Amino acid sequence: MPHIVCCVKQVPDPEAPASQFKVDEAAKKVLSVPGIQPVPSQFDTIGVEAALRIKDKVADTTITILTLGPDAYRDTIKHCLAMGADEGVHINDPALNEADHWATAEVLIAAIKKLEPADLIICGRQAVDWDMGVVGSTLAEILGIPVVTLAKDVQLEGGKVTVERMLMDGVETMEAPIPCVITVSNELGEPRYPQLRQIMAAARKEVKTLTASDLGLDGANNRVNLEALFVPEMAVETEFVEADTLQEAGEKLALRLREAKLI
Amino acid sequence: MPSGVLVFGEATEGGELAPVTGDLLGAAKSLGGPATCALLGAGVEGLAQECAALGADKVIVVDDPVLKDYQGDAYVPVGERICKEVDPLVVLFGQTMIGRDMAPRLAARMDTAVAMDCMELSLEGEKLLASRPCYGGNARARYTINGMPQMATLRAKAYDPPERDDSRQAEVVKQSADLSADAIRARVTGRTKEAVEGVRLEDATVVVGGGRGVGGPEGLKSLEELAGLLGGAVGATRAVCDMGWYPVGAQIGLTGKVVTPDLYIAVALSGASQHMAGISGVKNIVAINKDPEANIFRAARYGVVGDWKEVIPTFTEKVKELTAG
Repeated sequence: MPHIVCCVKQVPDPEAPASQFKVDEAAKKVLSVPGIQPVPSQFDTIGVEAALRIKDKVADTTITILTLGPDAYRDTIKHCLAMGADEGVHINDPALNEADHWATAEVLIAAIKKLEPADLIICGRQAVDWDMGVVGSTLAEILGIPVVTLAKDVQLEGGKVTVERMLMDGVETMEAPIPCVITVSNELGEPRYPQLRQIMAAARKEVKTLTASDLGLDGANNRVNLEALFVPEMAVETEFVEADTLQEAGEKLALRLREAKLI
Repeated sequence: MPSGVLVFGEATEGGELAPVTGDLLGAAKSLGGPATCALLGAGVEGLAQECAALGADKVIVVDDPVLKDYQGDAYVPVGERICKEVDPLVVLFGQTMIGRDMAPRLAARMDTAVAMDCMELSLEGEKLLASRPCYGGNARARYTINGMPQMATLRAKAYDPPERDDSRQAEVVKQSADLSADAIRARVTGRTKEAVEGVRLEDATVVVGGGRGVGGPEGLKSLEELAGLLGGAVGATRAVCDMGWYPVGAQIGLTGKVVTPDLYIAVALSGASQHMAGISGVKNIVAINKDPEANIFRAARYGVVGDWKEVIPTFTEKVKELTAG
């Protein structure tokens, strides 16, 4: 029976208005916006969707949701369980809160090694906060297994995985032996939305928690240092085209662009 | 002692040197060089002189049929070997399909780290400072890297290529891929390319971008006339492509293409940070949106507040009149 581990994280809601986005430069942290809840990173829930599509075909597939983060991340695990995943594992330890991509990969691997052997490890193509897009590939390299990035379709059959992956102007098909790491792109499609019944069932499900010492780790072994975090200046003055009607505004805009030698 | 900058250049499918190579050599020069350019592919040997003309001091060509199309399992070990031979202070890739896949893997194999999608690089002594957008472009982060070489990928057009000098010479070293038979585990078995009609988005001097507000595929279609009049191309937001209103290859943004036209006409798109990341280098943005608070206006030089359906027809007519003369 196939076992799929989906690595997920939680992020500040990327749909929050940009005008409310604020940074504490001294702490090098993004400030949470009052009243706006963090959400599962969208590419990660698309990864869960990819796993669920495999489970839809191969019913005895087990899907484990794995996350590294503080208490609030439990909501993200519960969301993924409500989508239809089977197990949740939450690595939660203040000593690991500041983990960078490398440390994150090491911590996730330590946890993965405590689980049933995984046939597939699925990650989002990038987290929608830091946008680095490196954890999946780093997992694969540390584990010494293949990785296929930017998947839009994932099929697990006959001891191998067949993946359609995105190119800039097209799609390619790749085949890889398992175990294998896959990162998924948004072209895979919308993640399914949990039904109320599933949300209730997920609420009752136990989430296993692990600390650094459970994993034999004493802290985050970071490879990048965040030296500064700030909001870049947007110094653009907008010239609004005023007119009595929008039709006239359209014409005036064309004339203005002509005058500015832009058309 | 590690020294110099190693850049991984790229060739286009047509066998020409990809523009990103010039950008990378420009960045290498700004870091003080000397620049070694690695070129992996099949039929790329003839591009070495162009790398020299664009400022490479040394070119390592690995011209091998096995490298014809990018496959990570083939490119990464070759890249690792070159990195170890050159022993550079800094390694640069483009934030391209190759760079996105290869750079993190190579970083892991070299026991170092990579800062992805950087806009600006500098050296403080031997420390690389890598500045990159994050939170969908809402914030900028500056990193240093614990490890050697220090690696980064560069956003398209973040740096200009050095002025071309065809009299410049570089040492050219040819190598074979020398891959072990079992190196390639994840194998490409097929490829479908989307045919691009007209001007490529990345090359267009005018881009008309459509957002969710255009209401459907017909809305996007109607923008093609305008783009055509201006000799430009139509692009779209991720939301539009995800809904299937327009081809995925036309997606502009963090997870799509980065465009740098002289003029970007944003039609009924709010300017989500995911999209802004794809137009951050555009100086002249025109925004047409019915919401005066839309984020796109924060970056727009010219704006019209109103329903695009009312504005675009007369705008297009006027453009037709002005460009006909």
